[in-house]
Amino acid sequence: MAQQIFAYILHKNGVADDSALELVAAAKKIDAGAKVTAIVTGTGAPLDALCKEMAASYSSVWKIDNAAVAYPNAEVIRKILVKLIPKGSILLCPHNTFGMDLAPGLSIKLDASFVSDVVAIEGIDGSNLKVIRQEFSGQVSTHILCDISNGAVVNTRPGSFKADESKSAGGAVTDKSSEAGDLSAKRRYLELVEAQVGDVDITKSDILVSVGRGIGEKDNIPVAEELAKAMGGDVSCSRPIVDAKWLDKSRQVGTSGKTVKPKVYMALGISGSFQHLGGLKGSPFIVAVNKNVKAPIFQVANVGVVEDMIEFMPVLTEKISESK
Amino acid sequence: MEILVCVKRVPDTAENEIKINSDGTDIERDDLVYSVNEWDNYAVEEAIQIRDRVGGAVTVATIGDKDSEEILRREMAMGADKGILISDDAFEGSDGKGISKILAAEVKKGKYDLILTGAQADDGAGQIGGMLAAILDLPYASIVNKIETVDSKKIKVGREVEGGNQEMNEIEMPCVLSIQTGINEPRYVGIRGIRKVASIEIPVHKAKDLGVDAASVGAAGAKVKRVDYFVPPAGKGADIIEGSAEEKADKLIELLKAKGGIK
Ligand SMILES: Cc1cc2nc3c(=O)[nH]c(=O)nc-3n(C[C@H](O)[C@H](O)[C@H](O)COP(=O)(O)OP(=O)(O)OC[C@H]3O[C@@H](n4cnc5c(N)ncnc54)[C@H](O)[C@@H]3O)c2cc1C
Ligand SMILES: Nc1ncnc2c1ncn2[C@@H]1O[C@H](COP(=O)(O)O)[C@@H](O)[C@H]1O
Repeated sequence: MAQQIFAYILHKNGVADDSALELVAAAKKIDAGAKVTAIVTGTGAPLDALCKEMAASYSSVWKIDNAAVAYPNAEVIRKILVKLIPKGSILLCPHNTFGMDLAPGLSIKLDASFVSDVVAIEGIDGSNLKVIRQEFSGQVSTHILCDISNGAVVNTRPGSFKADESKSAGGAVTDKSSEAGDLSAKRRYLELVEAQVGDVDITKSDILVSVGRGIGEKDNIPVAEELAKAMGGDVSCSRPIVDAKWLDKSRQVGTSGKTVKPKVYMALGISGSFQHLGGLKGSPFIVAVNKNVKAPIFQVANVGVVEDMIEFMPVLTEKISESK
Repeated sequence: MEILVCVKRVPDTAENEIKINSDGTDIERDDLVYSVNEWDNYAVEEAIQIRDRVGGAVTVATIGDKDSEEILRREMAMGADKGILISDDAFEGSDGKGISKILAAEVKKGKYDLILTGAQADDGAGQIGGMLAAILDLPYASIVNKIETVDSKKIKVGREVEGGNQEMNEIEMPCVLSIQTGINEPRYVGIRGIRKVASIEIPVHKAKDLGVDAASVGAAGAKVKRVDYFVPPAGKGADIIEGSAEEKADKLIELLKAKGGIK
């Protein structure tokens, strides 16, 4: 393959994001023999250390040291990438809050194609890259052909590619800092406001009864609380429940909420979006209760119950109480 | 402040079971319930609240067919001042870049300080806002869950990042923002509200009205194409418990006890 492949390495103060090694794996799905270049931006000693670490996994590492990107402001980083990346290249980014900020606009500026939230890469098909995406909250999948003749920006879903831990690239670090160009931007990063702590810490719960939009109305929340009490666990939820202010933000499971690692996770009326499942770690025993047998949550759950949760919760609560 | 909000009519996935048609070229659309994309509804609410605070007008625009008019009316019933239906056969089959080019042409016809999109829509791409900003050469912030007006030149926005943390930024106007759910509580729209706006005329803008080269958009201009829809071969999947509700509960309790799910 003629095209050069790049990966943008996301990190926090020199600690690489999980996506860093997932992108190596994704690049190899495009071209098994690819020599992939990692682009790492940041500043100071943590950046140097990270570049060295990445050289084990990438054939080449481009380091851009600049105080303007000490915090990854996508508006600034986009300018750097437009300056550095040769026309026609393929750039891989993670489809997270940073990648969503950076990549679509970058594809315009590079005059390249853009394909977002890719869950699998099937390979090159003529002048196209063939990938798999999901639509309608994961209810259906699609094959996508992305014309890469003029290059492409490809955002991959976090966790969809198994991190390449081989660390056998033996790459070299090149300092590209002086080529970064004009870094002025009309968006200025101010500060990070940390999420508030709530009344219960669901990250410490062994048993979670998690409710989603299927709960229908606020008045049903106590029914879930009763069930959680009978099981000896806590109530958590998906995002729409927090958006509706039916439960506190501190109870939200997912990429923009808490990462939990219970022994048992009972998901009721939750469809199973990747942003929700991204908050579930440590391989819990997952029970899904959903009225739609096709809900994607049944793909990841250990046990499924196809029922109306509103009717099923009280039955379960009562039987648990009886069985004690 | 002049605000444009881009809205899209999408199948309501919370209500519908999405089924694929027999040859895999599309989903079965006949019995689907459609509504305005969840994220866009928050964007419109935010725009209305800003207008009510600082003055100005809110315009809602969508690219779609005749049926998309209903969501424009819905958002006007919420309080948007104007609706624009952007509709042309030539737009059909557009990829994200195509949609963004068309929206950019619409933006250029007006004089907007703020352009809002949803963070993502039904195909989960989350791409239009960022592309639109880049085409227009405007600053962009994605996944915005807070907007504070500062002065006539800039605003302060919170971006939601991983873990529920919030990244505060200052951004110059005009700018493009993609809005995250939860930023506000969208107001309820009743039948009465929709009736009130039923007779307001909604202009239809076609490719020639916008000066969009029809060959650069639509299926002809698309570089990213959907080949088919499919249901992935079921992996191991969940063991589905069968029986009456009571029997299911009994079997589930046994399993829960074995796994430490009942204390
Ligand atoms: C940047 C970003 C970050 C995000 N972060 C998160 C996050 O951290 N956490 C999160 O959860 N989401 C997050 N989301 C939102 C995510 O994309 C989904 O929209 C959300 O997870 C859907 O929640 P849900 O499953 O409860 O609702 P839906 O997807 O609407 O699913 C509802 C389910 O309930 C079922 N149901 C309906 N009625 C009943 C009933 N009576 N009985 C049983 N089942 C019923 C339906 O069949 C359906 O499967 C994020 C989105 C973005 C863009
Ligand atoms: N056909 C359309 N018409 C108007 N706005 C759209 C259209 N498609 C997408 N958008 C906007 O772009 C946002 C993100 O959509 P997407 O990039 O498709 O996930 C949506 O929330 C809308 O604000």
